[in-house]
Amino acid sequence: MNLRQLLDRGTALSRQRLAARVLPVGIAATALTVAGSFTPWATFSGYPGKASLAGFPGGARIFTLLLAIGMVAALLRPVGGRRRAGLLCAAGIVAISLANAWSITGQGGGLVNVAYGVWLAAVGGALGVAAFAALPDDEPVALRPHWPRAVEYALLAGVVGLGLYAVVVALAIGEPSRFLSYLVFLGFAVSAASAVGAMALLPKLYNRHQPVALGLILLAGIAFPFTQNGNATWLRVAATIGTLTVAAIGLNIVVGLAGLLDLGYIAFFGVGAYVGGIFSGAGRSSIHVHLPFLVVMLLAALIAGTFGLIIGAPTLRLRGDYLAIVTLAFGEIFRIVANNLDGTAGPNVTRGPNGISGIPDLKIGALDIGAPHTVFGVDLPYFANYYFLELLMLVIVMVIFSRLNASRIGRAWVAIREDETAAAAMGINTIKLKLLAFAIGACLAGAAGSMSAHVGTQVSPESFTFIESVLLLAAVVLGGMGTIPGALLGASALAIIPEKLRFLQDKRLLVFGIALILMMRFRPEGIVPNKRRRREFHDETGGGDAMSAAPGGPVAT
Amino acid sequence: MTEQILEAQSIVKKFGGLTAVNNVSLSVGAGDIVGLIGPNGAGKTTFFNCITGMETRTAGTIQYKGKPLPTRPDAVTVAGVARTFQNIRLFPNMTALENVLVGTHCRTKVNAVSAVLRGPAFYREERASTARARELLEFVGLRRVESLLAKNLPYGDQRRLEIGRALATEPGLLLLDEPTAGMNPQETQSAMGLVFKIRDQGLSVLVIEHDMRFIFNLCDRVAVLVQGEKLIEGSPAEVQHDPRVVEAYLGTPAP
Repeated sequence: MNLRQLLDRGTALSRQRLAARVLPVGIAATALTVAGSFTPWATFSGYPGKASLAGFPGGARIFTLLLAIGMVAALLRPVGGRRRAGLLCAAGIVAISLANAWSITGQGGGLVNVAYGVWLAAVGGALGVAAFAALPDDEPVALRPHWPRAVEYALLAGVVGLGLYAVVVALAIGEPSRFLSYLVFLGFAVSAASAVGAMALLPKLYNRHQPVALGLILLAGIAFPFTQNGNATWLRVAATIGTLTVAAIGLNIVVGLAGLLDLGYIAFFGVGAYVGGIFSGAGRSSIHVHLPFLVVMLLAALIAGTFGLIIGAPTLRLRGDYLAIVTLAFGEIFRIVANNLDGTAGPNVTRGPNGISGIPDLKIGALDIGAPHTVFGVDLPYFANYYFLELLMLVIVMVIFSRLNASRIGRAWVAIREDETAAAAMGINTIKLKLLAFAIGACLAGAAGSMSAHVGTQVSPESFTFIESVLLLAAVVLGGMGTIPGALLGASALAIIPEKLRFLQDKRLLVFGIALILMMRFRPEGIVPNKRRRREFHDETGGGDAMSAAPGGPVAT
Repeated sequence: MTEQILEAQSIVKKFGGLTAVNNVSLSVGAGDIVGLIGPNGAGKTTFFNCITGMETRTAGTIQYKGKPLPTRPDAVTVAGVARTFQNIRLFPNMTALENVLVGTHCRTKVNAVSAVLRGPAFYREERASTARARELLEFVGLRRVESLLAKNLPYGDQRRLEIGRALATEPGLLLLDEPTAGMNPQETQSAMGLVFKIRDQGLSVLVIEHDMRFIFNLCDRVAVLVQGEKLIEGSPAEVQHDPRVVEAYLGTPAP
């Protein structure tokens, strides 16, 4: 036996010895965490979730308890990837307990207000990290589901239902500290599930039963207003998210598919909003014309699209960076013009900084959007009407997006993004196609803007600052460039986080910045990447799940 | 005298004070394989770029099948002149099949509206172009890797894929810029077979190459560019034994 073999045997032995200790250490870690979850976290009773009570796992303590269960599962089940899953659960426990310790310290006035339960959980989590770190790293088993159809449908329904439930819970949580704990919990729990390969199952099931999956998601979308028990708060936010999502999908065509950096996109949304406000018959409109909403929406899309063509035609002949600069300038010009077209110099169109207020609720034919309803005994505030209308709009926009994506137009856009010179050498009229992407994006933003004028009942220049453009762009990048769920998720985060974490207020941009940096480091393809981007960043070998292009095949509708 | 497919006359390209291509005329006959050789920096690729509209030429006229060739790159391809690149320029994050499908873009018609509405015409066209793309992948020998990303293909396959993509634009003339650069002898041999196969399909080929054996075995005629000027044009045998060519490559022997 030579030295090399001896050394190998030595490391194998020490690894065995370590692995033998994983179980007792892991169980000790779990026990500590569970004990921490049932013992008081704060010495004062004001802290959310009755954190001062013993024997009651309320507030953030329920999340450490759930993660502890995850840790036990990773300890006892010898599945592939359990080292990473266990590490993530344990790290989640540490993160939640420390975040709460910090928050309790802030609210109570000092570190003395942090009760021993927090420290128990934190030590338990840290011990868990140590235990799982000793396990050998292994790859998760690639699950290739082939279950009966009914089981797969039930699984999909379960996942969609769980998603809806997660959203409803998130919205129902009032206290910022608990909400943050919830977000941290979700983040770590989902990462742990993906570490054992469970998340890889979803795209497979989704691809196999696409129509069913999409139907279920739509159903969950329709069900959402019924979960709010007549409370209008979140439906109002949801109505805002709806218009933002439509705009984000439009931006996704421009940025995600064609690869054009548009830094003034909110201006097209603003053009639509002003058109929507001016022709709505609002009391404070500059002209007293009231057109039917569908006409106004088309008009808004057309006018915004025209602006897109005007901006794009000269600049899209140039490459990359010039477009970013021109769109940035356009965004500013739009805001300044909107601020000054108040009649003192030039015509009165936008009523200057006062904006157009008192925009009435929509009436489409006999349908009064401003009226609340009661369906199946559940009160639906009038915002639900906007929500449903936007859901319809969203479905239409998604069809446009995915069908364009899976056509020769979409392929040409991706080709331009990949290598513009080579695309031109393949006979693609790059200017025309870039202009098309830009104009379609502008049209969608315009249509969404006209709707947002009614949701918000007023339009004023300060809603369309550069920061809004940047945030929308951040939403698209954060969610996943080139995908619809990505745009939805990004827009939701954009609207919900500031509402939930009021204490962030002016630190909102800081948080988004940090989130973006973390994303670029750990998941550059976005939260919900499309196939192409996932492979762009993670397909080095060329093997694995080969993507079938299947052009003209079934598409998302 | 065969019918001339491409007639480039007195092409001049100046970059500021530097004349990269000086008064070069070249014609390619129907079904011909014409080679373009010369030392590094002789202006071969610049000449290609002038034909395909990647660079605006300073002077000169180009006729393709008796009509003036457009000057915008995409219009040149639509007219029927396709090219490959010296440094491979595939769409790295698209699959092999998608790369070829992009090549069919200029021969297909579906617009944005019908792509959204998806009438029967859309599906007919998509099916036709997919079938055509698979046929071309088969032709260049890449059918089995159609679902791999272009960037993950081996080097030789990437060169083949670029040729397949160019063929998808249904050209009458194919410009190959160093198709065997970086290949081993076997790969070079099979690339030669591929070029012959392309010619047998009725295409004309203009090829830049440094591999002399490749050029002299392959081409019907060879033109030599030196410092932006055409030194000589003739059959491979004539060019091979011309003392000026040897001098251009190796320099004058010491007296």
